[in-house]
Amino acid sequence: MWGILRQKVGDTGLSPQGLGNQMLRLRPATSAVRDYSAATKEMTVRDALNSALDEEMAADPNVYVMGEEVGEYQGAYKITKGLLDKFGPERVVDTPITEAGFAGIGVGSAYHGLRPVIEFMTFNFSMQAIDHVINSAAKSNYMSAGQINVPIVFRGPNGPAAGVGAQHSQCYGAWYGSVPGLKVLVPYSSEDARGLLKAAIRDPDPVVFLENELLYGESFPVSAEALDSSFTLPIGKAKIEREGKDVTITAFSKMVGYALKAAEILEKEGINAEVINLRSIRPLDRATINASVRKTNRLVTVEEGFPQHGIGAEICASVVEDSFGYLDAPVERIAGADVPTPYAANLERMAFPQIEDIVRAVKRACYRSV
Amino acid sequence: MAFARSIHHLHPLPPVSNTRGLKPSPLFLGSIRPDSHTHTITRSSVSVSSSAQRRSAVAANVSDVKTKPAANLLVTKEEGLEVYEDLILGRVFEDMCAQMYYRGKMFGFVHLYNGQEAVSSGFIKLLKQGDSVVSTYRDHVHALSKGVPARAVMSELFGKTTGCCRGQGGSMHMFSAEHNVLGGFAFIGEGIPVATGAAFTSKYKREVLKEDCDDVTLAFFGDGTANNGQFFECLNMAALWKLPIIFVVENNLWAIGMSHLRATSDPEIWKKGPAFGMPGVHVDGMDVLKVREVAKEAIGRARRGEGPTLVECETYRFRGHSLADPDELRDPDEKARYAARDPITQFKKYLIENKLASEAELKAIEKKIDEVVEDAVEFADESPAPSRSQLLENVFADPRGFGIGPDGRYRCEDPKFTEGTAQV
Repeated sequence: MWGILRQKVGDTGLSPQGLGNQMLRLRPATSAVRDYSAATKEMTVRDALNSALDEEMAADPNVYVMGEEVGEYQGAYKITKGLLDKFGPERVVDTPITEAGFAGIGVGSAYHGLRPVIEFMTFNFSMQAIDHVINSAAKSNYMSAGQINVPIVFRGPNGPAAGVGAQHSQCYGAWYGSVPGLKVLVPYSSEDARGLLKAAIRDPDPVVFLENELLYGESFPVSAEALDSSFTLPIGKAKIEREGKDVTITAFSKMVGYALKAAEILEKEGINAEVINLRSIRPLDRATINASVRKTNRLVTVEEGFPQHGIGAEICASVVEDSFGYLDAPVERIAGADVPTPYAANLERMAFPQIEDIVRAVKRACYRSV
Repeated sequence: MAFARSIHHLHPLPPVSNTRGLKPSPLFLGSIRPDSHTHTITRSSVSVSSSAQRRSAVAANVSDVKTKPAANLLVTKEEGLEVYEDLILGRVFEDMCAQMYYRGKMFGFVHLYNGQEAVSSGFIKLLKQGDSVVSTYRDHVHALSKGVPARAVMSELFGKTTGCCRGQGGSMHMFSAEHNVLGGFAFIGEGIPVATGAAFTSKYKREVLKEDCDDVTLAFFGDGTANNGQFFECLNMAALWKLPIIFVVENNLWAIGMSHLRATSDPEIWKKGPAFGMPGVHVDGMDVLKVREVAKEAIGRARRGEGPTLVECETYRFRGHSLADPDELRDPDEKARYAARDPITQFKKYLIENKLASEAELKAIEKKIDEVVEDAVEFADESPAPSRSQLLENVFADPRGFGIGPDGRYRCEDPKFTEGTAQV
């Protein structure tokens, strides 16, 4: 099932510091995970996040959680359930409705070495605090020339849910993904959620952790290794969820599930799709994406955010810059509709990519349809 | 304790109704208030800041101090000279910045602090190294008062690699981890939540990490910021959680060209403190000793865990908002009135009249500071500009990201990671 290539990261030509210079010498991508023991347990994403927070808070007393309803309400989406009882109100801090204030407080405490996990009830509310995420968190290590780093995590649900309207449905991957100084992670499965959140909390830089509300309740198999309290996934590495040879589909968060289902449908029609779970928007794993495109020669990018200046646009540009000669067809970009999210159920369905849309786009890329 | 009383008997500003309307009431601005022209602070002519309320009560009891006049004074000779030196450093440094800017050595946005030195010296000279200072774009003097060397600040302003932030921050972004200067923020109000967070850390260290920590944080900002949402959010949370922070409003009456009275429904900023459950104090920010007295009380409160204080310092900037500001809107009379209350002249007079220092000693200090600042300019001039490779440095503390270990391999692929030997 998995082709396991044990290659050291150092061989893939990625320089430790240059985030922009990675595309110059591409080697075949490593499969980002080794062959773990057969999965014996299923875990919801919600439990994965909760257990990751629990373990990190237990391991390091500097880690604390702050946000609206994280304590007594057990979390607006129950991600922080049980933490207040275990760790007390000084470490699970309920705040007033003051995003700008408490995001800034988190940043200020991170300047002094604490490791806050700031929860935004949804990332739409982060717009009230975006000045702190970007100007006082992301840019501080640079402005202070390395004197002050900011080991903070901003987490919360991102993107559309179901019928929550225009102001609660925006995807912020593209906005935060364009800011140097931030790391932006987008987990899909429970293993992603656990490994990436633990890595994010231990990381010395600001991390924007974009979850998805509709994935919280979904169950995924987890290996024994993923359940270990030291388990972390590398930041900046994509995962090839499904190997294929005809077309590359890149997706993140909920769209990975849709892409996998689309790939099954396409398999029956003779198209063998490779699905890449991005896991990380910044740094974007250009090496994996380009290596995959050089193998399959066709690319379809999928995202739920607005199309202009989106993640797909960046991936397309990266592939055109590095692997133009390998493309056999124009890159197909699937994104949310270029409208504020409507409320009506049928309109909302049209406003976001569905599995049929992915299938159609792949067929277009494979010149099997108009 | 003194502040608890001072909330009610705070200071004799006229009732708010006098300050409505565009024409500033002279009493409110203090410019022709009789006591504000009292340059010497003696027990007889105690001026009417909040600290005065307290002192007048104390003065009645202290009868044996008459025989030792020096003990009445608010500073010892040592402290006085330290404060004087800091005042002069702030003034001379900023004047040199203006010169350098017009010669093209400094560029971009430069905001000078002339006239407001009493606030910086009055507060910051009472702090320990572990205490933190968070400022705005008008941050050169805050950094200097906190102990960042003049050379480092000047080089930073010139954009050289020897600057305190290696030339990557600039005038508006002074950071120093060693001296706990946490910025330097260009957006007004941005520093206030960051300062509140630094204060939160002190409390967290005491309560959760069980460390002995009584560090306080000072947040400096202006009158314009006192209308900003983040300010109120932080007043609320600081009072709610009793954080060891002092909110210092440098009310210089002007936000670029917007007069404080045109922008604010109730111009008396100190009142916003009690509205959120903390003491609000108004002090004459042109008098360094008054500021120092108020600061002592506020910092003491914070260290004892009694919570935050809001201090409004009435002050004035002698120059424009920035070096690019033509400064046409301010009344020259107003400028002249405040120039007559120059904090340095006032304090010099106090030191000499109370025999804490002689003219010669003060002149020696001024000469020394001149040399320090000139040396800083020379140093900055001769320092190299950052090398090209510095452009991409310092974006991240760990560019590889946590999940990749120092040897370049993924931590989760290390067969020993489950045994706790994976280095965290």
